[in-house]
Amino acid sequence: MKTVLALVRGVLSTDAQADRVVPPTGFTARLTLFTATAMAFLAVFAIALSLAAGQLAQNWRDALAGTATLRVQAPIAEREVQSSRALAILQQTPGVASARLISEDEQKALLAPWFGPDVPLAGLPVPQLIEVTGDSYDAAGLRLRLQAELPGAVLDDHGRWRAPFVRAAGRLRALAWASIFLIFGAMGGMITLAANAALSANVQIITVLRLVGATDAYIAQAFVRRFTLRALTGAAIGTAFGLFAIALLPRAGEQASVLTGLGFDGSDWLWPLLVPPIAGVVAFVATQYASRRVLGSLS
Amino acid sequence: MIELDEVAYSYGGDALLTAMSLSLAPGSFHFLTGPSGSGKTTFLKLCYGALVPTEGQLRLFDTDIRDLNRDGIAHLRRRVGVVHQDCQFLDHLPVTENIALPLTVSGQSVAEHGGNLGELISWVGLGARAQALPPELSGGERQRVALARALIQSPDIVLADEPTGNVDWEMSQRLLRLLVELNRMGKTILIATHDLSLIRAAKAHVQARVLRISDQRLKLAGADL
Repeated sequence: MKTVLALVRGVLSTDAQADRVVPPTGFTARLTLFTATAMAFLAVFAIALSLAAGQLAQNWRDALAGTATLRVQAPIAEREVQSSRALAILQQTPGVASARLISEDEQKALLAPWFGPDVPLAGLPVPQLIEVTGDSYDAAGLRLRLQAELPGAVLDDHGRWRAPFVRAAGRLRALAWASIFLIFGAMGGMITLAANAALSANVQIITVLRLVGATDAYIAQAFVRRFTLRALTGAAIGTAFGLFAIALLPRAGEQASVLTGLGFDGSDWLWPLLVPPIAGVVAFVATQYASRRVLGSLS
Repeated sequence: MIELDEVAYSYGGDALLTAMSLSLAPGSFHFLTGPSGSGKTTFLKLCYGALVPTEGQLRLFDTDIRDLNRDGIAHLRRRVGVVHQDCQFLDHLPVTENIALPLTVSGQSVAEHGGNLGELISWVGLGARAQALPPELSGGERQRVALARALIQSPDIVLADEPTGNVDWEMSQRLLRLLVELNRMGKTILIATHDLSLIRAAKAHVQARVLRISDQRLKLAGADL
């Protein structure tokens, strides 16, 4: 723990003299900066996707929750009687908040996409629909009672419609999180390679530093500090670009889908701000690892 | 200060140095001579812990070098000033910062040693070249920068590998005078050189012991030197 704290202190310290012992390196500096910028940009999108998928799953879960539909299938002549009996059963059922017959106009509107607006419902054997609200009734018990008393009535609590959507949104969210981990993993890999290249290109510097009594921790710190600060800078730039791009995306308000609901609301804006510090930690660990390996191999 | 007891060093199965025993007392002045490729540089590297003996025991400041890890060796090396044959520098830093490098890596404030640093730069005659970069220096100037860097921490021992190898006679005499002066200040000096005229010139000013590496072994050189 003490070692880690010393390393963190080393990265945060502003020892200008120590900073100068490693010469500025061209392509590894640019590679680290570019990688951190690009990965942070992608990470912001992955976070937005994850939040949008989570919100969508919640919306789908909430949208139909607490409602059910009772479908009364009966010959036209008996439809009204059986519907009344169904309503009576529902009103007697504990936990049912309300039950109402779907009017003919509402049923016409539901069928309009398939049969047009002037479908003659009265002469067709379409079932009578009853909207049921309430989320504390015993659905299984109600089904059994309906089966016994009204064999043509079917209770649909919408679960089979909701479940696949909620599951899909959940998986989309998990994929977004996996993408975030992969993005930071790839960033760590790229920075390790860049740090390896920088250390290998500076073998002469390392030899001189060792000759004058530099410890491995001192040598590593010079590289770790440089790469961590570069990654932090790159990630800050990438995050800013990502947030700007997200802010420019069109929003669809209440009708949000994954595509039109990509964005941040309220405290969600704080999530992307974690990207630069995480990138810094990733760069710190990656450069430490690369330094230990290279310095060990040079002994 | 440095004690070798039957020290041997092999690389890739080939013995480079064998059965070397020596004790460098504080304040002593030694030359190490021998033909090119005889192992003088290897011997010096053993003395400052850049190489570890494959056999025998080497004690640096009463510590067996094999008992130390890399950081332990780094700390001991701060007490040894090394003037390398090819004067390794950080080419992107000016002379002053290269000389101050041992202070920098040991976490000491260069500002606190500013006076010493200025004095040292003047002492080696590089006052006018303090802000020059190493690639802009002549061979003699590079050797003097290397000497100043070796001395900035006031080490107990100075090890110099062919310090006059790339300089003219006049400059080599000047460097020798600096090393003799250091020895008079109480520093232990070990100079590896194949330049016998340098050894003869030094003997006029200082009581020096001359060692020779021959047939992979360390011997006391004859009176002809």
